[in-house]
Formats: sequence, C-alpha cells, structure tokens
Amino acid sequence: MSNTKTFVYINRKAPYGTVYALESLEVVLIGAAFEQNVKLIFMDDGVFQLTRGQDPEGIGMKNFSKTYAALGDYDINQIYIDQQSLDDRGLTIDDLQALVYEDEDDDWNEKSSIHLVNREQLSDIIESADVLLNF
Amino acid sequence: MPLDVNGTTYETDEEGYLANLSDWAPDVATALAGSDGAELEDGHWEVINFLREYYEEYQIAPAVRVLTKAIGKRLGKDKGNSKYLYELFPYGPAKQACKYAGLPKPTGCV
Amino acid sequence: MPTLHTVNKSAFERNSLESCLSVCKTDASVLLFEDAVVSGLQNTTVSNQITQAAGSGIKLYALSEDLKARGLSEERVMPEITLVDYPGFVKLTVENDRVQNWL
Repeated sequence: MSNTKTFVYINRKAPYGTVYALESLEVVLIGAAFEQNVKLIFMDDGVFQLTRGQDPEGIGMKNFSKTYAALGDYDINQIYIDQQSLDDRGLTIDDLQALVYEDEDDDWNEKSSIHLVNREQLSDIIESADVLLNF
Repeated sequence: MPLDVNGTTYETDEEGYLANLSDWAPDVATALAGSDGAELEDGHWEVINFLREYYEEYQIAPAVRVLTKAIGKRLGKDKGNSKYLYELFPYGPAKQACKYAGLPKPTGCV
Repeated sequence: MPTLHTVNKSAFERNSLESCLSVCKTDASVLLFEDAVVSGLQNTTVSNQITQAAGSGIKLYALSEDLKARGLSEERVMPEITLVDYPGFVKLTVENDRVQNWL
C-alpha cells in the first residue's frame, strides 16, 4: 500500500520521573489504528522503560510496563534496543522484559519483537523513517 | 451520575463508566447494562470476562481491532468478527463492553 | 552543620549529580530519588563518581520505592549507597540543617 509510511519512535527517558514514557506508549497505541509501519527505538535512559519486575505501587503510579507486552497484539513488532545504552548502565538484555508477536505469515508462530542494535544500525533505522517522533 | 446496586452507591463519570476499577462485580455489570436498557447473556459475559482478563494482564482495554482478533482466537472465528460483536454490543463492542466490564474507555477510542 | 542534597534526575542525562558532588562538603548526605535512582546502579559510566564521593566521606542514599518502581533490585545498587524508604527520607531532612534540591 503506497499510503504506508514508516514511523520511528525514539524513547530516551526513564519511566515515572517524567511523563514521556507513558505519553509515547499512548501515542504508539493510538497510532496503531492507522496500520502504518512502526518501529520503536529504546536508547539512553529509555532502556529503563522495559526493565522486568517494575512495581510502582509505592510511588502511587500505574504499572504501565505491563502494557508493552500488548504491543504484539497491535502489530507493533519492530523494537530496537541500543546495546551501548545497556552497557553504559550496567544492564544486559536479560534485564529487559521479553516482547513477542504472533507471525500471521508463519502459522502464528510466536517470535521476538526485540532486536539488539548498535549505533550504526540505529542510524540506519532513523534514516528509514518518514516520520520521527521523539519522547 | 451515581449507580445504585442493592443499596450500595457507586460513583460513575458523565458517560456512566465506573469511577473506580475495584468497584466492579458481576451485579454491578448487570446494573450498568440495565441503565442502558440492556440485558446481559452468556455471549456478553464471555466478552466482559475476556476484557477484564486482558486489562489485568496488560493494564489497557484493547482497541476494537485487537479485541476482535483476540476473541476469534479465544472463542472461535464465528465470534471473532465485528458483526457478532456489534450484535452483542450495538453501541460499539469496545466502548460498551468496557463500560459493563468496569474498565476505562479503550485507548484511542473515538 | 550538615546539608542534605537531593538529586532527582538521571546522571546519564543531566549533570545535576556531578554538580552536586562537586560542591558537596564531606559531611554531606546525598539522596537519589525519582529518575536519579538509576545513577546508583553497579558497573555504569557514572559509578566512578559515586565511589569517589563515598570515599571522601559523603553519605549516599537512594529511595527504595523509586528503585522498586523501575524494577531495579537492591542487589543491583552500588554497595556505597544505603537504601531508605519515604520515612527514612523524612528522617534525613530532619537530621540535616538544610536541604539543597538539585532540580
């Protein structure tokens, strides 16, 4: 479909301290209705948005980290994590939740949505965008 | 407009959605439907229960497209289509079913 | 006359922790809360700053509720940092003569 554009969302903030992470997630979910080609980048402190075992009850916030697992249902399955950002923060990919989708073209097999990338690959992903959204 | 169920009063917003998620119980759902002049049958409950489970797991109410696909997978193709869901919930499956399930309006629902 | 310094922004994103530590007296306390708790993780690009500050006598704290919110367990935090809860935060403000917020 010639009307399809590539939307790249760049997420660079830790969750809860500011509203950026939640706002981004809401825009992604609402935007999913337009069935475009969507890619999400998590880099810098944005990688903290996907840590496992979040429990913000003690700070009086909703645990929206559970919602990332629904992205596959919304056909959002191109999620890019910056390796350098993990390294700089003493994190590994295993500290992040696994995100999967069911591949319609492959008998609904469950596949990982997450791709670990370096800065060169990130620059290519940014270059692939028709629309860039920053949070 | 507050909702009265067996002597207990529940707070709702201007569109009749429950103000507090934790207030929900099956008889509250029945009362919410009743105030729209609707009666809940097995088909409705399947969708309502599905929505509550989805919300519990993902903290959101699914968009109609996602709901339709997921219902089809869970309850069979004959139920996973908008015709069936609109017959059950003529005001819009996501909007109306979420209301009876005690959930906020789905994200992106217009 | 000790001072409690509070930092609420990530050291990976802002220089508030760096500025704070550069002007801290050695009898000061520094509390990391909100997004700043991520600065207290082990093996990061800012770990050195924390080790150095602790070595000079500065007492470092992080708010446990904010770590828990972000899925960061106690074992991930540098041993130089003491975890406090909200009542502990209040106690620190009372024990010190003033509070400097590095916003």
